[in-house]
Amino acid sequence: MSETVTDGCPWEQAEKPELTYPMARTCPFDPPPEYARLRSEAPFTRVRLWDGTQPWLLTRYDDMRVVLSNPDFSAEPNREGYPHVFEGRMVADKADQSFLRLDNPEHDRLRRMVTAEFTVKRVQALRPQIQQIVDRLTDNLLAGPRPVDFVEHFSSPLPTEVITQLLGIPFSDHDFFHRATQIQFGSKSDPAEVRTSLAELFEYLDELISRKEREPEDDIVSRLVASQLQPGHVTRQQLINITRLLLSAGHQTTQNMTALGVLTLLQNPDQLKAIQEDHSLIRGAVEELLRYSSILHTGARRVALRDIDVNGHLVKKGEGVICAIPSANRDESLFPNPDVVDIRRDTAAAHVAFGYGMHQCLGQVLARTELQIVFATLFDRIPDLRLAVPVEQLNFRHDMFVYGVHELPVTW
Amino acid sequence: MHVTIEQNRCIGAGQCVLNAPEVFDQREDDGIVELLDETPAEDLHKDTRLAARLCPADAIFVHEK
Repeated sequence: MSETVTDGCPWEQAEKPELTYPMARTCPFDPPPEYARLRSEAPFTRVRLWDGTQPWLLTRYDDMRVVLSNPDFSAEPNREGYPHVFEGRMVADKADQSFLRLDNPEHDRLRRMVTAEFTVKRVQALRPQIQQIVDRLTDNLLAGPRPVDFVEHFSSPLPTEVITQLLGIPFSDHDFFHRATQIQFGSKSDPAEVRTSLAELFEYLDELISRKEREPEDDIVSRLVASQLQPGHVTRQQLINITRLLLSAGHQTTQNMTALGVLTLLQNPDQLKAIQEDHSLIRGAVEELLRYSSILHTGARRVALRDIDVNGHLVKKGEGVICAIPSANRDESLFPNPDVVDIRRDTAAAHVAFGYGMHQCLGQVLARTELQIVFATLFDRIPDLRLAVPVEQLNFRHDMFVYGVHELPVTW
Repeated sequence: MHVTIEQNRCIGAGQCVLNAPEVFDQREDDGIVELLDETPAEDLHKDTRLAARLCPADAIFVHEK
């Protein structure tokens, strides 16, 4: 299948990988079909990236859990051998000095400054606020024209409004952020564009921190200024990095999961009906939809800090690893009939859509809550919501770092 | 069943609280896990095992009798 150039020791990898990465999907609701074959035949396989590098691609759930829970697999993009999947993304990742892209001990030190803001209890207390936002967006849909783009008028403003309220950023600055994240998360963005956008964003956040220093309010940034910046536990730049992370991580991901979740339910009307009739099914449905959609389709990227055995396979020091999260979430050894949506699936909660290990999503409780509230509210208030175009005409975000749909025209 | 936790490993993800709120809680100031009940009752065993399994940091240890 692959060309082999023999040159002495077979460990010296002289095979030219036939597989390039990322891979193309055929059905937009499923991961690339190649993953299923790789899971069964070659769960560790070399792939070639845009820059010619050849990291390992992992496709099995169990192997990914081993990698992601081992801190000797580094998450730092500036290390030699770290796999960069798009050129524009490489620029953004290397400039991202937030705890998402740091190893321990600094990762834990910084992350623990914000974990209290996203606990189960704290998010529970936010439910009324989130409900209000969902209600208002639904009101606006109902009062507006049909058909309407659900992305522009619901799924995009929702998490933006939630996270900007939490952070203490004026919602009127939303367009600026939206554009910035589009650039930073787009696979076609050129490096210069990404650099400029990042610089503008950092400038904005610097100004925001100054505002909170002068006039603290009841929000995350004000609390971080008081408890971490002023006592000198973080530098100003570190605080900007943390704020930028919370802003962008809470924006693109939930937005796309909301739209894809709604679309998937519309495509599975019997299960949608079940949810409408029994709201106790919503919690499990959210987990199943997270599993099924796996929006972080570019994968979790790491580089080995030493030679490491992963379930019998040797990853050598300095080798890059890409954990194909969508493949783990369709691993038949854990999820029988993995390509079927089943909101009552009892193993759904074991998905790794939020990642695994120490970098697992900080905002996962908030994300789950937003999704639960959307599914409970939207289909009650607009019970005959439906697509306004054939599903084949939808534009999926194949080229974006976070998967989803670009637009979702709906009517009722 | 006897449960122990490793707070140094915890990242505050909250999966344990979501799945077994009678057994686990999170500290107010940093969201790190707190054990409410070292020897949960029989009807909590399934949820406790799930919480241990889902913990992203391997911070929960369930010792079955």
